[in-house]
Amino acid sequence: MNRRLDRPDFEVIAGWVQPGERVLDLGCGDGTLLKLLIETRGVRGYGVDIDDANVLAAIGNGVNVIQSNLDAGLAGFVDGAFDHVVLSRTLQTVHHTQEILAAMLRVGREAVVSFPNFGYWKNRAAVLGGRMPVSEDLPYQWYDTPNVRFFTMLDFEDLCAKMKILVRERQVLDEQGKQVNEEHNFLGSLAVYRITRG
Amino acid sequence: MNTKTGSVGIVAAQSAHFGAPLELRSGAVVPAYDLVFETYGTLNAAKSNAILVCHALSGHHHVAGLYADQPKSLGWWDNLVGPGRPLDTERFFIVGVNNLGGCHGSTGPSSPNPATGKPWGADFPMVTVDDWVQAQARLADHLGIDSWAAVIGGSLGGMQALQWTIDQPARIRHALVIAAASKLTAQNIAFNDVARQAILTDPDFHGGHFYEHSVVPRRGLRLARMLGHITYLSDDQMGEKFGRMLRGDDFGFGYGVEFEIESYLRAQGDKFAGFFDANTYLLMTKALDYFDPAHRYDGDLAAALASAQAKFLVVAFSTDWRFAPSRSREIVNALLKNDQDVSYAEITCNFGHDSFLLEEPQYHAVLSAYLGRIKL
Repeated sequence: MNRRLDRPDFEVIAGWVQPGERVLDLGCGDGTLLKLLIETRGVRGYGVDIDDANVLAAIGNGVNVIQSNLDAGLAGFVDGAFDHVVLSRTLQTVHHTQEILAAMLRVGREAVVSFPNFGYWKNRAAVLGGRMPVSEDLPYQWYDTPNVRFFTMLDFEDLCAKMKILVRERQVLDEQGKQVNEEHNFLGSLAVYRITRG
Repeated sequence: MNTKTGSVGIVAAQSAHFGAPLELRSGAVVPAYDLVFETYGTLNAAKSNAILVCHALSGHHHVAGLYADQPKSLGWWDNLVGPGRPLDTERFFIVGVNNLGGCHGSTGPSSPNPATGKPWGADFPMVTVDDWVQAQARLADHLGIDSWAAVIGGSLGGMQALQWTIDQPARIRHALVIAAASKLTAQNIAFNDVARQAILTDPDFHGGHFYEHSVVPRRGLRLARMLGHITYLSDDQMGEKFGRMLRGDDFGFGYGVEFEIESYLRAQGDKFAGFFDANTYLLMTKALDYFDPAHRYDGDLAAALASAQAKFLVVAFSTDWRFAPSRSREIVNALLKNDQDVSYAEITCNFGHDSFLLEEPQYHAVLSAYLGRIKL
């Protein structure tokens, strides 16, 4: 789920969005990203979130927010309505992974997906040490995590290949939010992907 | 002002006379009419802070506050209106109006028909949501309000807010459409028809001209209200409040009041039949049934809403089965299709359709957050 502190992936996402685009932010939290995109890129758009507190905060932030469960799909959105559909740090909380990816690329020309990389070395070390990982990008205990899918960058790229989804661009960040330029699946704590239909 | 409770305190109704004939959707013409209304707060110099509150089936202009010397006369949406409340009277100028065809002071079936001098009764023309918007727009003119900062309503009131955005796009900046629908389902129309049949078949109805017989179709109204009331509540809530509780110690094996729910419903029905006009009830239910702004656009709601310039807040309640969240989502989806500004909140609340009248914290917080962002 979205945290409201520093969000280095927001900078990456904002860099991929062109001025005036139409943006759909799934799992929009308090609407910070959308507000940032509206203010800095002049986008038009909507957020989607299921959580009461997030919906309230997003309305307070003046962004359009639709209270809805992502596992219910994007039924209300028409094909090709958006230039970018963003799913930031939320894919791991969705049960119907393939359905949401397909739906994002149905309603959007391009999708941006960020997720905590389970393959990050500290996560691997935690599991090797016999514990589920808790880190900057996986800040929950196993018993209270909203995350239901645990996967690495390699796993995600395999799924994209299987679903004939093209990876246009990829940015990988460490726990401090700095760009990782080598051994991504080992050194990257957070991955951000630009994907389109193949 | 009673700032302690956040209520607007003592209020008084006003009345406006409209001498120009009003042509109705049905083709009928109301030659002249009065509308009663109340206002709370102060209209600012720019006249940009006015909010219209539209009422539902049995509502009226007395939205908030109390009448002097009537301690039980609290307005029907008082919890929403006042200093610091979502409809903040420190910031907004709130207008509540009794709709044309009503029975709380505005011209309606119980008013005298100028042609006969007797009450209109069944001859009062059928009014629709469009007609109300037209009449409300004239009230806005009367008050010197070019455009509403917002129009807000629940249920049938939400339908009026929606219709405002279509019929008067330049005169409404925000629409708050709560527990509403863009059209009734067959099931919903069916409930309304049973309610109407209860009234229409009451021997005291006299074809709608019961006034001259000095009777009221009390049984019909009572049944109509009892049926309606059931549909405004949720099964869970009724279960929690009444369950199978009996008034006495054991079954009486008769048809008197035995279960608490029977007692409650009958009391509600009696109370309602004591003050509400049967012809108004019939008119209001027909206005509900006829409402379908997409009808003129081959059923395409997005096309109907395409000319709207307002920003929207749509709110639905999880246990509302009379105006279910899925109906609100139809409105939201049409707006999404048009790329129009809309936010949608689905409030988890146990109280069915009537939730919109209650002070549920998330609901009121959402309204406050949305209204707080309205620029004046």
